[in-house]
Amino acid sequence: MLVEDIMTRDVETVSPSTNICDALAIMEERRIRHLPVLAGGALVGIVSEGDLKEAQSLVIRDCREGAERRTPVEVVMRRRVFTAHPLDPIEEAALVMYRRRIGCLPVVSGGELVGIVTQTDLIRSLVELMGVNRSSSRLEVQVPDRPGMLAQIAELIRKHGVNISSVLTLPAEEAGEKKLVFRLQTIDLRRIAGDIREAGYRITWPPTLDETR
Amino acid sequence: MKHRAAFVYSPAYAAYSFGTEHPFNARRLELTVDLLQSMGLLYPSDVEEPRPATPEQLELKHSKQYVATVEASSRTGRPVPGAAEYGLGTEDNPVFPGMHEAASLIVGGTLTAAELVASGRYTHALSIGGGLHHAGADTASGFCIYNDIAVAIEHLKRSYGVRVAYIDTDAHHGDGVQWLFYSDPEVLTVSVHETGRYLFPGTGYVEERGAGAGYGYSVNVPLEAFTEDDSFIEALEKVLPPVLEDFRPDIIVSQHGCDGHRLDPLTDLCLSIRSYALVPRLIHELAHALCDGRWVAVGGGGYNIWSVVPRAWAYLWASMAERSVPEVIPHNWSAKWAPRSPVPLPQRVTDEGFPPVRRRREIEEKNRITVARVLGGLVRRRQG
Repeated sequence: MLVEDIMTRDVETVSPSTNICDALAIMEERRIRHLPVLAGGALVGIVSEGDLKEAQSLVIRDCREGAERRTPVEVVMRRRVFTAHPLDPIEEAALVMYRRRIGCLPVVSGGELVGIVTQTDLIRSLVELMGVNRSSSRLEVQVPDRPGMLAQIAELIRKHGVNISSVLTLPAEEAGEKKLVFRLQTIDLRRIAGDIREAGYRITWPPTLDETR
Repeated sequence: MKHRAAFVYSPAYAAYSFGTEHPFNARRLELTVDLLQSMGLLYPSDVEEPRPATPEQLELKHSKQYVATVEASSRTGRPVPGAAEYGLGTEDNPVFPGMHEAASLIVGGTLTAAELVASGRYTHALSIGGGLHHAGADTASGFCIYNDIAVAIEHLKRSYGVRVAYIDTDAHHGDGVQWLFYSDPEVLTVSVHETGRYLFPGTGYVEERGAGAGYGYSVNVPLEAFTEDDSFIEALEKVLPPVLEDFRPDIIVSQHGCDGHRLDPLTDLCLSIRSYALVPRLIHELAHALCDGRWVAVGGGGYNIWSVVPRAWAYLWASMAERSVPEVIPHNWSAKWAPRSPVPLPQRVTDEGFPPVRRRREIEEKNRITVARVLGGLVRRRQG
């Protein structure tokens, strides 16, 4: 998946001269935490909810009713902005945000701001990748680490006419084994789990009534 | 003054049946009603007949196409082409002849209960066959064809202009009801359930707080797998009072799935009957404290129909009717059902001490953190 697949295109922005109280009001109204700052169409900075919290004394002074609004955004904004390109893979965007400990990346193409990608967008993509956007249950099966295992388990699931929302493979704790993690579109895994156990595989989730409790 | 409670029920509810091999077993209602009668908790004068919901009423929350697809499939008992896209004709939601009528009667039961309370004829009403909280605007899901709860809440809103607080303590997230009112600030949905990390439907995270004008009006308390009574009760007692006091409902609608019991085969919560005695007591108190007692309750999930459902729902009805549950299960009930039960029937209404689960302390700690996050969001909304 690419940044352009998950980014928000309709970006709320401010200018360097926007007052900090107005910037705060936009964030509260739109329920967002970051505002790119544009001057003459170019990205010159970014201001976050956190930046405004750090400048709390200015906010308190300016935003009282009837107070003179003296502080423009350019006083509190960050001028060094990390950006993404629409064609960046999302894992790269995630890595930059994680390493730099930042909550969003403005997306710039041809010198213009074309979107913004935030932690929320990344989490939503993760949720979709894991198949949790459709009602489903988790099934974990431990299998020998060799070709054909996924197909065998998938065949047992197919027999029940149950749709697979997603599948992940993970290394298991035991050498020579791996774990297949499915999200299946059913509320009741018992028959499928029964068939898989009968075929000789170990189910690591869900537990049976006697296990683990 | 004694408050009156209605028990909305018809033996015709048994028609909502996906077959004898299916986990959603309509016999659980018969077992429950029979237990209530043999305990002397249910009088003929408590019972009100449900009226079936009309297609227009169903369409308060379901799409026309979906209702038409259910009706067409119901006529032949086979899924019509395209039914699979609506979640019909699967192992979870198989099609059966008369399905539309059976599901409409369940919705009608909850509408009847809502009407009895909103009109002032009764203070509380229980729609024991209701609670089908997974159904969406155009999807059958998790054994639920029509969403009786959402239809009844929408009816209450439109006909009485009331603010409705919905409380769902089924082990599964009350996703259908939540999504159908996700941007609605007049309907508060609160769901306390096993985390969706493993369990169906996979949603119900703390950060699902509503959208747009409805932001802050969806509350989710996802509990760890293997959560036991003390931790479950602590979460409810910490979350429900402040959330409901803050919202100030005109009426409470609650869903009483009892599938979080340790002996339920479909979920991983480890509750006992103690939790299911507490839930209705707590909601009952909140209803009197906040909305002159106006309270509509519905059933819900419960897949151990012999050892769990009748006892759990005996406490539910007894709380609504302000009658006390006898400790010992009447012999005539056990004698009648034992020959048909695949498991030994319980002799007492309460559970004997189950052994503690392995990671109790960590589970309790994690649940406390979850509750703190839920309440933190509530404070933010108040300030916002």
